[in-house]
Amino acid sequence: MKIRELVSVIDGEIVYGKDFVENEVFSACGSDMMSDVLAFVKEQAVMLTGLVNPQVVRTAEMMDMKCIVFVRGKRPDMSMIDLAEERDIVLVCTKLEMFTACGKLYENGLRGASGK
Amino acid sequence: MENIKLHYDVIKDDFSCAGEASGKIKKTLKGLGLDSALVRNVAIAVYEGEINMVIHAEGGCIDAEISPDTITVVLKDVGPGIKDVQLAMQEGYSTAPENVRALGFGAGMGLPNIKKYSDEMNIETEVGVGTTITLKFNI
Ligand SMILES: Nc1ncnc2c1ncn2[C@@H]1O[C@H](COP(=O)(O)OP(=O)(O)OP(=O)(O)O)[C@@H](O)[C@H]1O
Ligand SMILES: [Mg+2]
Repeated sequence: MKIRELVSVIDGEIVYGKDFVENEVFSACGSDMMSDVLAFVKEQAVMLTGLVNPQVVRTAEMMDMKCIVFVRGKRPDMSMIDLAEERDIVLVCTKLEMFTACGKLYENGLRGASGK
Repeated sequence: MENIKLHYDVIKDDFSCAGEASGKIKKTLKGLGLDSALVRNVAIAVYEGEINMVIHAEGGCIDAEISPDTITVVLKDVGPGIKDVQLAMQEGYSTAPENVRALGFGAGMGLPNIKKYSDEMNIETEVGVGTTITLKFNI
């Protein structure tokens, strides 16, 4: 799905990256543990997380991810937005909790990725 | 082509900057036009090592050398060292305190991840002195 559709499915708000909304993403993962995310690489383009700190953006960077979704109304701070901007990573906020956000995206065609 | 050498200092407890060196190494490799899966493997392994240097040790430095057929990365820290390497290498083993877990680390997956994503991994460690991890990746 396009990032634009992803944002609308979870009733999200784009905090950074409006220029990239036409980009396609196919798979996602959801976690608050960065090493868990780093353990399972398979071209996941989207990370959903309730964690807010610079390492979330850096983890996405190492994984070549295109979009981070912050759930439960969490908001990235300015330093995170700067990091995302330098790396062309879209930041999205949603009020939905993790389970619901993942469920809605799954329902609309986004899939998980299994381990290496 | 002469080998490319990179050197970065990693500063203790500087959580917001942790990952800076890994990101720069990744950028350099990408710029060389290397395979994106290889670049990602290197980035993830070095990043896990860099985070460990910040959260478990007192900082240190990272040296990378890129030759036509190998990427070698040496992560050297000053710190407590690792008492039982075999135990530390097990998935799920972590001594990370609560404040580190709250930041999204401390799953005990870092060292196993480093092993998984590198072609060779060697750990030299001395309790009370520090740890040096040498990684090799085949191009
Ligand atoms: N550079 C280091 N210096 C001292 N101890 C270390 C170092 N790296 C790892 N350790 C020890 O080995 C354990 C396992 O490391 P590992 O990276 O696998 O997990 P973690 O860092 O605790 O959690 P995670 O990497 O999943 O965030 C650590 O909890 C720590 O006790
Ligand atoms: Mg670790």
